[in-house]
Amino acid sequence: MSNLDIHHTTLLGPDGHPLAPLPAEFANHETIRDLYRHMVLARTFDAKAVALHGSGRLGTYASLLGQEAVGVGIGHVMRPEDVLVPSFREHAAQLRRGVRPEELYLYWGGDERGSAFAGPTQDFPVSATVGGHAPHAAGVALAFKLRGEARVAVCVFGDGATSKGDVYEAMNVAGLWQLPVVFIVTNNQWALSTPRREQTAATTLAQKAVAAGFEGEQVDGNDVIAVAKVVGEALAHARSGNGPRLIECLTYRLADHTTVDDAARYRDESEVTPWWEKDPIARVRLYLSATAGWSDQQEKALLDECGTLIERAAEAYLATPPQGPEAMFDHLYGKLPADLAAQRDEVVAATKNRADG
Amino acid sequence: MSAVASETKTRQLPYVVAITEGVREVLKEQANAFVAGEDVAGAGSVYGYYRGLLDEFGADRIYDTPISEKGIIGLGVGAAAAGLRPVLDIMFMDFIGECMDEIANQMAKMRFMFGGSATLPITVLTMAGAGANLAAQHSQSLEAWLAHLPGLKVVMPATPYDAKGLIIAAARDDNPVFVVLNKMSLAMMGDVPEGPYEVPIGKANVVRTGKNYTIVTLGRMLGQALDAAKQLAELGIDAEVIDARSVQPFDTEAVIKSVEKTHRAMVVHEAVRFGGFGAEIAAQIQEHAFDYLDAPVARVGAPFSPVPFSPALEKVYVPNAERIVVVAREQLGI
Ligand SMILES: Cc1ncc(C[n+]2csc(CCOP(=O)(O)OP(=O)(O)O)c2C)c(N)n1
Ligand SMILES: [Mg+2]
Repeated sequence: MSNLDIHHTTLLGPDGHPLAPLPAEFANHETIRDLYRHMVLARTFDAKAVALHGSGRLGTYASLLGQEAVGVGIGHVMRPEDVLVPSFREHAAQLRRGVRPEELYLYWGGDERGSAFAGPTQDFPVSATVGGHAPHAAGVALAFKLRGEARVAVCVFGDGATSKGDVYEAMNVAGLWQLPVVFIVTNNQWALSTPRREQTAATTLAQKAVAAGFEGEQVDGNDVIAVAKVVGEALAHARSGNGPRLIECLTYRLADHTTVDDAARYRDESEVTPWWEKDPIARVRLYLSATAGWSDQQEKALLDECGTLIERAAEAYLATPPQGPEAMFDHLYGKLPADLAAQRDEVVAATKNRADG
Repeated sequence: MSAVASETKTRQLPYVVAITEGVREVLKEQANAFVAGEDVAGAGSVYGYYRGLLDEFGADRIYDTPISEKGIIGLGVGAAAAGLRPVLDIMFMDFIGECMDEIANQMAKMRFMFGGSATLPITVLTMAGAGANLAAQHSQSLEAWLAHLPGLKVVMPATPYDAKGLIIAAARDDNPVFVVLNKMSLAMMGDVPEGPYEVPIGKANVVRTGKNYTIVTLGRMLGQALDAAKQLAELGIDAEVIDARSVQPFDTEAVIKSVEKTHRAMVVHEAVRFGGFGAEIAAQIQEHAFDYLDAPVARVGAPFSPVPFSPALEKVYVPNAERIVVVAREQLGI
C-alpha cells in the first residue's frame, strides 16, 4: 500500500561486479581485503562454534552463517568509543569490534565471564530477550548526548524484533529527542519459524522509522561495502547531532535458528539455495580476484590464518577453569548483602560435601 | 468433573504429547477456542507440543503471531471479552515480564473492574524450568508472581496425566488460567487416558501417603520429592508427598489434613526460595496447624541468584532429591 520512498543500496553485485563506482574510501584493495578477512574470520568462528556444540562442548548457539557482511560492515565503520548494543546473532560485529573469540565461546559455553570484554569494555553483551535491548541503546545515546560526547550507540536487532513494542518505543524516543543512535535491522527473512511476510504487513522494515520521525533505508546486507557505506553515513549523521536513522540490511539466515533447531520442519530447502548464490563472502573474493589478482595461495593463507586463530581461541576457551559455585552470587550486587553471603557459603559447602562424598 | 469412563483406554505418553492431546480436546469441544502464540502453528512450538494441530484444525484455529508478547496477551483479553476462548502461548515463562501489564493490570482485573460484566475464559500455556542450559532469561519459575495476582488461576502440571487434564480444565474455566509447564518434564512418560477428562483446578493430589512427614511440591519437584521419600524411608521417615497441582487457588485443606497427621512438613519448589510460593504454604501451615507442628516448616528452593548459564552451576542450583534429604535431616535432627 505504501509509496514511501525507501532508498536501497547495493554496490557490489553477487557476481563480484560493482554496480556503481565504489565510494572513494572503499576503492582501495587494502580496505576490501580487511573487510574480506573479517568476514572469513567470522565464518570460521561460526563453523567452530557449531562444531563445538555438536561435540557437546558449547551450549545452544545462534549461527550467523550468511550474515557476515552485516556485522563486519557495522564494525568496520564504528569508532572504538562508540557502543554496540547487539542481538544474539551479531558475533561478526562483536569480533570486528575487538571482542575476542574466546570470550564469545566462553559466553556461549555458559560462562558469563565471557561478557566482560577485554576489548570494547562498554559494548553491551548479547540480548537473549528479543528486542529488549533497543531501549538500552536509546539510553546509552542519551548519556552521550547529555555529556556532549561525539559518540554513537548502535543497536542491532532482527526482523522479528521489529514487531515488538519496546523496539518502537526506543525508536520513538530517539526520534523525539534526536538521540545519537543508529538502529540496524538484520533482516534475515526469518524469526525462528516465522517468515518475514508473516511478521508485518509493512512493505519494508525501514519504513518503520518514518512513524518515529526519522529516515529509514534499505541496504543489501550481503554487500559488505554497501553496509559499511550506509551505516557509516548514518553514524556521521548521528554523531553530528542530527539524530537517529534506521537501516534495514537485507540478508538471509542460511543456518537453522540455533543449534537445537531444525529449519527443515518449517522451511523449504529450495528457498535457501538461491541465497547461497548471493553469498556475501564469495562476491568479495570474486571482486578481489578480478581487480587485485587475489590468488589461490592468498586465499589458502587467509583460511589457514583464520583457522589457526580460531583453533587457538577454542583451546583457550576449553582450557578456562570452570567457575566455582560461589560465582552464582559474585556479580549479583556491588557488595554482597550479609544474608546472601551466608547462602553463598552454604552452596559452596554443599558442593564441597557432594564432591567429597 | 467428568471422571474417566471405565472403558476409556489409557496409554503411556510423554508429557509433551499429553499437552498436545489436551489442546486438541479443547479445540475439538469448543468451537470458539483458538491458539495464538509465537511459532505455534507452522513449527508446532519450539518444543513441538502443537505439532499436527495446524493440519487438523486449520489456520483459523491456530495462529503464529508476530513477536509481541504484550500484544498476544492483550489480544487474548479483547478476544475473550468479545466471546472467544483464547488459548495463548508464551514461549518461555520468563517472557511474562514482557506482558506483565496486560496480565496484572488488565487480564486479572477486568472482570472485577467491569462490575462482573466481562468474562475472560483465557488459557495461557507457558514453559518454565531450569536445567536445560538456557541461561538466566529462559529458565525461571515465576509462579509466585502470578499467584500473587487476584483474578488469576495458576496450575502447574507435574505429570502427563495432569498436563492434559489441567489444560482441559483451564480451557473450560471461565477465568484466566495459567498452565505453567516444565521443559525438563517434556520427555516424562505417564498414563494418559484417551479422550477428554478434567483434573480439577484447586485440588491437590496426595501422590504418596505417609505417616510422619509431609512434603508439599510444586510442578516438576514432585519427582524429586518421591525419590527423596524413598531415601527418607530408609531413615525411618514415612513421608506423605502432596503435589499442589494448583497454586492459585491453593488447596490449603489437603495440606493441613496431612500435617495434622504427620506433624512435620516441608515445601519444595524449583523457584527461588526467598519470597517463593513456599513461604505462603509455610505460613498457611503455621496459621492453621500450629498446634500440630513438632518442627518448623522447612523449605527447599533455589538460591537467591539468577539461574546460572553454566551447566555445572545450574546442577548445583536446581533443587533435587539429595537436597531435600539433606534439609529434611537437618530439620528433623537425624
Ligand atoms: C521477548 C522474546 N520473545 C521470544 C523469544 C524467542 N525467540 C528467540 S529468537 C526468536 C526469533 C527472533 O527473530 P529475529 O528478531 O528476526 O532475529 P534472528 O533470530 O533472525 O536473528 C524468538 C521468537 C525471545 N528470545 N524473546
Ligand atoms: Mg530474523
